[in-house]
Parts: sequence; structure tokens; C-alpha cells
Amino acid sequence: MKENNLERVDLIRMANQIAQYFEPYGEEEAVKGVANHLRMFWAPRMRRDLLATLKESIEGVNPLVISAAETLSDTV
Amino acid sequence: MPLIKEHDYGTPESKAEHKVQLEINGISVTVPSGTSVMRAASECGVDIPKLCATDSLDAFGSCRMCLVEIDGAKGTPSSCTTPVGDGMKVRTQSARLERLRRGVMELYISDHPLDCLTCAANGDCELQDTAGEVGLRDVRYGFTGENHLSQEKDLSNPYFDFDPSKCIVCSRCVRACDEIQGTFALTIEGRGFNSKVAASAGEAFMDSECVSCGACVQACPTATLMERSVVEHGMPTRSVITTCAYCGVGCSFKAELQGEDVVRMVPHKDGGANEGHSCVKGRFAFGYATHKDRITNPMIREQITDPWKEVSWDEAITHTAARFKIIQEKYGRGALGGITSSRCTNEEVFLVQKLVRTAFANNNVDTCARVCHSPTGYGLKQTFGTSAGTQDFKSVDHADVMLLIGSNPTDAHPVFASRMKRRLREGAKLIVVDPRRIDLVETPHVRATHHLQLKPGTNVAVVNALAHVVVTEGLADSSYVAERCDEDSFERWKTFISDPSNSPEALENKTSVPASEIRAAARLYANADTAAIYYGLGVTEHSQGSSMVMGMANLAMVTGNVGRVGVGVNPLRGQNNVQGSCDMGSFPHELPGYRHVSDAGVRDLFEGDWGVKIDSEPGLRIPNMFAAALDGSFKGIFVQGEDIAQSDPDLKHVMAALEAMECVVVQDLFLNETAAFAHIFLPGTSFLEKDGTFINAERRINRVRPVMKPKCELQEWEVASRLATAMGYPMHYNSAAEIMDEIARLTPTFSGVSFDYLDQARSVQWPCNETAPEGTPIMHVDGFVRGKGQFMITQYIPTEERANRYFPLILTTGRILSQYNVGTQTRRTENIRWHGEDLLEIHPVDAELRGVTDGALVSLTSRKGQVTLRAEITDRVPPGVVYTTFHHATTGANVVTTELSDWATNCPEYKVTAVQVTLSNHPAEWQAQRIERRPAMTIISEPAE
Repeated sequence: MKENNLERVDLIRMANQIAQYFEPYGEEEAVKGVANHLRMFWAPRMRRDLLATLKESIEGVNPLVISAAETLSDTV
Repeated sequence: MPLIKEHDYGTPESKAEHKVQLEINGISVTVPSGTSVMRAASECGVDIPKLCATDSLDAFGSCRMCLVEIDGAKGTPSSCTTPVGDGMKVRTQSARLERLRRGVMELYISDHPLDCLTCAANGDCELQDTAGEVGLRDVRYGFTGENHLSQEKDLSNPYFDFDPSKCIVCSRCVRACDEIQGTFALTIEGRGFNSKVAASAGEAFMDSECVSCGACVQACPTATLMERSVVEHGMPTRSVITTCAYCGVGCSFKAELQGEDVVRMVPHKDGGANEGHSCVKGRFAFGYATHKDRITNPMIREQITDPWKEVSWDEAITHTAARFKIIQEKYGRGALGGITSSRCTNEEVFLVQKLVRTAFANNNVDTCARVCHSPTGYGLKQTFGTSAGTQDFKSVDHADVMLLIGSNPTDAHPVFASRMKRRLREGAKLIVVDPRRIDLVETPHVRATHHLQLKPGTNVAVVNALAHVVVTEGLADSSYVAERCDEDSFERWKTFISDPSNSPEALENKTSVPASEIRAAARLYANADTAAIYYGLGVTEHSQGSSMVMGMANLAMVTGNVGRVGVGVNPLRGQNNVQGSCDMGSFPHELPGYRHVSDAGVRDLFEGDWGVKIDSEPGLRIPNMFAAALDGSFKGIFVQGEDIAQSDPDLKHVMAALEAMECVVVQDLFLNETAAFAHIFLPGTSFLEKDGTFINAERRINRVRPVMKPKCELQEWEVASRLATAMGYPMHYNSAAEIMDEIARLTPTFSGVSFDYLDQARSVQWPCNETAPEGTPIMHVDGFVRGKGQFMITQYIPTEERANRYFPLILTTGRILSQYNVGTQTRRTENIRWHGEDLLEIHPVDAELRGVTDGALVSLTSRKGQVTLRAEITDRVPPGVVYTTFHHATTGANVVTTELSDWATNCPEYKVTAVQVTLSNHPAEWQAQRIERRPAMTIISEPAE
């Protein structure tokens, strides 16, 4: 993991919380909801760090976060 | 402005629509039915002598000064207790009336010290004035008989004296305590000649149930109850109308002065939020503004272990700009950020966020609302379309049911609590949702119909269960939903909420609230004609804070309780300008007026006005700034009026982040805890020096007017503009009014606001624009701001913070009446006498299990840290829950709170921390380290070269 990134455990926890909120909306809408929330409220460096950390490992990451992250690569 | 004395009409205004015409001294007058003869006379310019009557209290009819003659009526009825009648002919002056009044006055004065010239109330005494009005020239009875002249004074209260020798037993103080404050702490003890005012059961004021709101002092017509400051300094000579700097009620006050010295703060009768009432903080705790600890010169130092060096403003600004520019060049523009404060004016906050977006060239600006009401902004915007409460405070006068969730108004919003209590005494019902037994659960003449004493962290389960009952028992307002709300979102939500997993029975083991209580509370709320939700940080400061706000909005919409008087969803904001600081674009994703930075049209507007490119991406929020500081990508911060090293959670993490930065700039009145980590200290201004506006919890924009020159020479907005200029972004304003003009120019909901408008209108509730030129007391009247109300799914998700065998108790935090937030201000006033230290409330069962006795020192330990404080054994908290306040830096309550936060906004989860409590006999390690940090606060007074 690169030196300059926010703590992985915090990023994953926060992203998972967002995913948990959107879960009842069904997968398609939930993925959009998670991605949109990350775009609207997370600074690009946080999104960047999230993507970097997902590349290293997806252990303990909500699948909705993984799917949402795939749509975020052009925004960081 | 000379001393303002509001006209006293004697009795309250009648709200009746039916009008009555009568004649008073030959003058025809038309008033609403139910108006007293006294008030009708006053309204046509005829003031009848009075002593026991005042227009903030119901008529009492005891003093016999206001007698009148009415054609066809027997005797001389008291005008305060006699309602007007159609065709009535009243005479307020006659030889008989003159004789009667003079005789009564003679009796009063026969038992009253004749020390007018040396009396503290000289010139402001209704007894003195009335004696003059009735022409009393002689007292025939002498003073040798039995009297009350040598009664002992009660000087126990630090803010006012009680001198019973001057009491005329008019009961105005007792009635003020009952009717206005609702505490019922005072009474008339004894009968006949022995009647006297007593606090509680004849105790000293300080030991009694008195909450020192000052209502009795305000109501007293003599010098019996008198501000100590008036006794010591004399009568003020001029007034300035301004706004209190404490909680989100935003009370309007007359600062009464001698020159630039504040003699007393008197609640303003025409204040839209408080209508003449006050609490112990706003009324009396203003002495911090002139406290000896105030820092009034800028200071710098190279390392945080160095002593401070005082410098000129020019040097401080140049030095700060240079340090920030070095960071920008070395680490990039994203390495800087700023935090705005809800204790500052809108104009000051607006300029700090502008400083960040222009001179810092990023969106790394956040505000202290991040750690309190950010979920309110998110939740209400998603559901209703705007990030603000729906009602004005007056609306509660029409609420038949109040659902109070996670809020303790008698301590945190006392003036609004008094209004609530008044309505409850009139018969409205109250449902309290709180793990702790707050005062409103049972207080004199008020008892909550339901206290849903839930387990901390289960708010969403409770609100879902309430909504489940509404929907499944057919209590929804279907026509309202069909007309006002989005159909698809409702249908989906209805399916979700109707699921048996959301039933009170299914959730009972999670919430600890009996299902039958939830069902009864839901029925009470849903069946009321008007039901209003009021809530506080017990809602927002959770990992599901935003879900809970949306859950409450769902509940209000499904029962048709939004968009009219007496209903709504109402956040009780913690600090005076939380609403304003959010409105002003303090969040990293929003420009002023809650417009997202990704909106190109909005950016165009600001870029055109400000002449810079604005980043289209959100910046860092406060917790993200700390994390970025620790990963080395965030190096400099401007902290405006916040004490993040005391108020933010997981303090060790916050302090490590501050230590990791290369330039921490703190602007404050005092060397607070955060200043221990600062390289530059810029002195700030108190509310008595500020010129600007605050916005309270009901969206009311109030003027804050300076009563004295800034003790640090510059207004805070001048500091922000000079710093921006020094960093290369020219920023200049001639006055705070010009800043408000810019806010109005760029923010549609403020387009009708200006200082001139506010001076004329007194205050206004936004939106104030072409569509609503006189403001908007109640929102969403003809439809939701977003169009159709949006129902949001709010699945209950338990917090990650769980009690276990190592940390078996849940800590929740809050505040108490006499102190305010981290106590920076109130600890520097006499309010400290009510609360000298933070205490840990613990249930008797939990205390006994641990061998803890009342007053014992205990260690409070979580997985984040440990502090030592004193225990208070009480059954206010249920078994398994402990509670403390965070008013004292020495306690460091936030050393134990965690990094967990709301899913949508990162608002910290202050309200749920798993802890253990054990006996202790020494300060915790963190507390010892704090003492070691203090030497670095030394100041070298010689100006630096």
C-alpha cells in the first residue's frame, strides 16, 4: 500500500456503512447509490485511496462497494 | 441608542378574532374579545396605575391599584381582571379612584424602606413610579409598627440579590417562575402579614430548585430581586439590541450598558425566538467576554513546544500567509484546509469558506456542525429538499402531541423548553425517546405520556417500529401522502416498513422498549390533529444519524405532519449559529445555500463573482482532514473558534493529527486546548464585539450588534479578508453589511436579506426572497421544496460499537443547563458554581457491582482511552448505561469516545461508547499529560522584532 493514503480500515468501514444503507434498494440501485454517495461526499483523494486499497485486497469489503468502485475510476 | 424600555400593556394580548368596541375616558377603542380593560386602555394611550400586572403574565388582581369605574357595574373593579365588553364605558380617573389608589399605595409604602436615592432600582422601580402617579405625598402610619424592613437579604445566587424588605408580595416573581419559566421554584410562604416569597421550601436561592433564568428578576417591580451587577454598578444608560451567543434558540437581548461596559443583559420582548424570556447562560453568563484570560494580541511560535511571542497584526497575517503558501508550494493546494465555527457570525463564516475556496484554492472547508447536526442537513434534504427545520418556535403553541427524541431541552435549549412546558401544561401530550430520564419526563405539572427508554444506538429501530404501527394499523394520512409525496418511494417504503421485522414486537429485544409502549406512542402521535417532532444530538450523533433523521421525516410525512402550524420535524441546534454556518457553505461539498460544488451553473455564479476557478470536487471533512494529516497529505489548518482538541471524538487521534501538521492556526478568545498544538494564535471577538448575523434553529436571521470595540482591534471578518489578500487573493469589504449583501447576491434563499432590512424587520426566517419577501416561518406549506416528499428506506443496522465483557457498559454524553459545550465560555463565569466538574452518572446497580460510592473517583475506560472522574449514583440512567458531560477540559470525556461515525456524513458517534468503570485514586495518563502540555502556553509579552 502506498505511503500517502488514509487508513485502509477506516475507508473500508465507511464505504461498507454506505453500502449497508443502500442494500435494501436492490443491487442495481444500490450500486448507483453507493457510487453516487462516494462521488458527492468523498474527496477525490479518499476515492483514490479506496480504489488503491481495493486493488490490494477486497477482504471484508461489501460487494456493493466493489461494484460501485468499478464505476468510479474515471472520477479520481 | 438610549435605554430602551418596552411598553407594558399590563396583561397579555388576546388572540381572539372577535372584536369588541368600548369607550375608555370617552375614547372609542376596538380590541379582540378577551382583552382586559387595562390592556384596552393602554392600547389607546391610557396607562392605568398597576403593580401586580405586567403583560408577560396572566392577570392576578391582587394589588388593587388598577381600579376603574364602569357604567352599570358595581364598585370599582380591577381593570386587569375585567375583560372588555361591547359598549362598555370605562373611567380610569375620578376623585374616588384617586383616593382609593392613594390609600392603597400609602399602605404599601408604610412597610417599604424609604431609601429611594440609594436603592439599586432608583429610576427603574414601578413602586416608585406608581407612588408618583397616584400623587402620594404623605404616609400617615409611621414606621414604628410591625414591619418587614429588617428582613435578611439572600445573596447566595451569584447573579442576583433577593432583598425581602423591599417586597410588596405582588407574586409577579412566583408567577413568572410558574407561567414563563415553568419551574415552579418560588412560592408565597405564610399567610397575611407573614406572607413572603420563598425559594423551594424556604431555602436559599442557590440551594433551591431555581434555575436562575432571571424571569423573576425581570418581573419584579421593585428592587427585591435585582441583578447584582446593577447593585454594584448602577443603572445602565443605553441599550443595544443583539443576539445571544449560546444555544440554537438564538434569544434576542437588550445589552444594557454604561459606556462600553455591559451592566446587564435583558431578554428582549420583541425577540422573535424568545419573546422576553432567557436562561442562566444568556441572561447572566456574559462575563467571559471581559475575562482576564482573553488573548487580545496575535501570537506566533516556531514549534508547539516554544513559548508564545506576541506580534502585531501585520506580522501575524504576513507570517500566516507565508507559512500557508510554503505548504501549498511544497505539498500542493490540497494540503490546506479550514474549519468554520457556529459561534461566529454568518459574515465571518462566509469569509472563511471563501478564504478556503479562493486563497487556499480547494474545498477543504468544514464546520463544527460536522460533529453535531450534519445528518440533519443530509436527511432533511433527501426527504424534504432543504437542510433545515420546518417550523418556527411559536408553532409548538399549537402542537397537540410532541415527540421529543434525543434531546434534553430544559438543559440544552431552556428557553424553548419553557415554551414546550407551557403548551404541555395546557394539555398537549409528550412522548420522550431517550435512554436517560430527562427532566421533561416528569417535572412540575408536566409528565410524559410515554417515555420510550431505549437502549443507546437503537433509534432507527424505534422510529421504524413507530412507523410500522402507523402503516399496519391504518393510521396513515393517505390523502396527504397521495397529494404531497412521491408515490413510488412511498410504495416501496410501505412494503419495507410493513415487514414484520419492523414490528415493535420483533424489535423489542433490540430496543429494550416494550412493544405495547411503542404501539401506544405511535397511536398517540398518528391520531393527533397536530403532532410535532423535536430532536437533538441524541438523534444525529450515531452511526445511523442520517437514517434516523430520514426515519423521522418518513414518520411525519406518512401522518401528514409537515407543512402547517403545530407539526413538523424540528432540529434543536446545539450552538447559536449552526444553521447559519451550514447555510453559508461551510461544508466541503456545498457552496452557500446548500448547492453542490459539482453543479457547473452554481460554480459559474461564484466564479463570476469571485474571479477564481472553484474546484468541482468535494473537499475533506473534519475527520478526513485528521486522517489525511496522519498520512502526511494534509499539513496546515485554519481553525476558527472551535476547540477540536476537546470537542471532537477519539482525542488522542485528533491530537496526533494536529501534531503532524506544519502550521496550525487557531482563532479564538482563549488559549483553548487546540491552541496547545497551534503555531499561530489569532485573537477573536466575543459576541459583544461582533457585527453581523446569527441564524437560529428556526432559520431566523438575527442581527448581532457590537456593544464594544473589538478587544483585539480587528473584526474576525477583517482577519479572514486580510489573510486572503496576503495569500494573493485580494479581498476587501468596508463593513459586515457588505458581506451580507454578497451572500444575498449569491444565495437565492437570502436574496431579500440585508442589514437595513433586518434593522427594520427585527429578524426574518429564510427563505427571504421575491417569493417570500417577509420570510418563511413554516416551510413546505404548499408542497415540499424538492417537489414531492421522498420516503427513504431506513433499515436498522446496529452500530459496530458493542458492549462486551471487557467493556460492559454503554457511555452516552450530553450537556447540562449551566454549561455550554466545551465550557470555554461558561467555565469563565460564575456558572462554574453550579457545575465545577464533569460527573459520571451511574445506576445504583452498576455502582454496587463495582463498589462505587457516590462521589468516588472512577476510571472510565473504553478501547480508545481512559479518564478519571467522579461518580454520581442515580437512577436517571438505566442499568448498563452511564452518562457524562464534556464541559471540562480536565476531564477529557472525548478521550474515550470512538472513531465511529454516521454512514452518510461522518458525524461522530458520541452517543454510544462501550466502557468499563472501575474505582480509581489517580488521574488517568492522558490527564497527567495534559498538565504537562500547559507550560507550552507561556506567553512572552514583548512584541517580536
